[in-house]
Amino acid sequence: MIEMRDVGFGYHGEADLLSGMTLTLQPGMFHFLTGPSGSGKTTLLRLCYADLLPRSGQMTAFGQDMQALDRDGIALLRRRVGVVHQDPQFLDHLPLAENVALPMTVAGEPVDMDALRDLLGWVQLSQHARALPPSLSGGERQRAALARAVILSPDLVLADEPTGNLDWEMSMRLMQLLIELNKSGKTVLVATHDLNLIRAAKAQVSARVLRISGGKLHLAGADL
Amino acid sequence: MKGRRVVAPRLKGLVQGLLGGEGGKGDRIVPPTGFTAQLTLFSAGAMAFLAVFALALALATGRLAERWSSELAGSVTVRISAPAAQLDARVQSVLTILQTTPGAGQARRLPQDEVAALLEPWFGPDMPVDALPVPALIDLPVSGRDFDPEGLALRLEAEAPGAVLDDHSAWRRPLVSAAQRLRVLGVVSLLLIGAASAAMITLAAKAALAANGQVIRVLRLIGARDITIATAFVRRFTRRAAVGASVGTLAGMAAVAMLPNTSAAGGFLTGLGFQGWGWLLPLLIPVVAAGVGFVATRWAALKMLEAVR
Repeated sequence: MIEMRDVGFGYHGEADLLSGMTLTLQPGMFHFLTGPSGSGKTTLLRLCYADLLPRSGQMTAFGQDMQALDRDGIALLRRRVGVVHQDPQFLDHLPLAENVALPMTVAGEPVDMDALRDLLGWVQLSQHARALPPSLSGGERQRAALARAVILSPDLVLADEPTGNLDWEMSMRLMQLLIELNKSGKTVLVATHDLNLIRAAKAQVSARVLRISGGKLHLAGADL
Repeated sequence: MKGRRVVAPRLKGLVQGLLGGEGGKGDRIVPPTGFTAQLTLFSAGAMAFLAVFALALALATGRLAERWSSELAGSVTVRISAPAAQLDARVQSVLTILQTTPGAGQARRLPQDEVAALLEPWFGPDMPVDALPVPALIDLPVSGRDFDPEGLALRLEAEAPGAVLDDHSAWRRPLVSAAQRLRVLGVVSLLLIGAASAAMITLAAKAALAANGQVIRVLRLIGARDITIATAFVRRFTRRAAVGASVGTLAGMAAVAMLPNTSAAGGFLTGLGFQGWGWLLPLLIPVVAAGVGFVATRWAALKMLEAVR
């Protein structure tokens, strides 16, 4: 799915933030990525959806060399990788339902209204279908971002600190949705520094926990 | 073949930009932007209005140069100065010479009232022209290549003292040259108007793109191709340029139509306008404006999108 071989990355001439990264995201697996703030979790996720290019090493996504992708190639890759950010952005002039359906719109695919209604129901946002994004709460925005991320039925879902701005109850609700996605066969990678969240999730799903420290990637110990 | 593959989608895009309905799904991804919309509409309208006048100027000066050239080249004048007592005899001898001149038509001595009318702009209506030693004038229509003005001038000098041939070239050339330069000025004005329109639309498009940086980032993140994003902007600006230019063109045509006509006042300015099928030419201005809007916005959008990964 996504493979990194000895990947290094640093921002704008700075020393490598990540180095010697070797990682294979296994299809259908739930992955957690943890580590202290500034350790490079977000950077690693951005590498996975080609928002950044590695400085060294080799990266492939779905068998394609990511460094060789042109701009259209990157766009097509992102239709197979759903992304949820800590602070998700929307088109504020469009109602929630249109925002969720946006990946289909830009991909030129017809929007199945029944499927869209089901999806909004799954994230419990049916009653907000016509609401504009600025009127939504943090939890609602996160769930809307998740619905938008999965509407094209991507192979991989990346979530970058998706619960960073949410209370515990809302965090667990969102995590439950990600677990359901994984159980339906999607590969999931969640970056979080919240170890309690990881422990709570691991009680429900078999997950691989990766830790970044010192620019290197490690498999977390049994305590997680 | 390759050029056709490149041009055909662009033409298709241009037509879609003009005919596509506002508010379609592709367009809705870009939020409505009142300021840039009004700026584009206004600048396209103003430029089209000016373009109508520049076009009218170019066409009118072209006609003027042609008319002056053909009218003045179609005849020569023989001026005969002599004491009053000998004037008629000299005129008669010149007419005899002209009758045997190859390429010359039917020579005609201008009657006194026509000569007075020619002098009136300089001396005023009440001047007693009869009292002046005004030379006799003979108007000679010429045709074909047989007419040799230099040969005739030498013959008149030898056989009819006091007779001078004026083939109008001395003042015809500067006039025709001035008219041709005015025509060039009109064409250059049209080109400048086109370039200024492109610059303004590009600026408006860039302002709209910059104001929608977040929208563009979101669209790229969810897998939108550059061409999809650019097309949404291109359609809007193409349509605005076409609509603004249509209004400006119609206003310009109405203003030109309201200019005084030739018979009412005469003179150069009254010739500024369109004639016959020429009235259809300004209708090309909105089409050209749409093309300029399409190319300028597409270029600006694709250029700006390169900065967003």
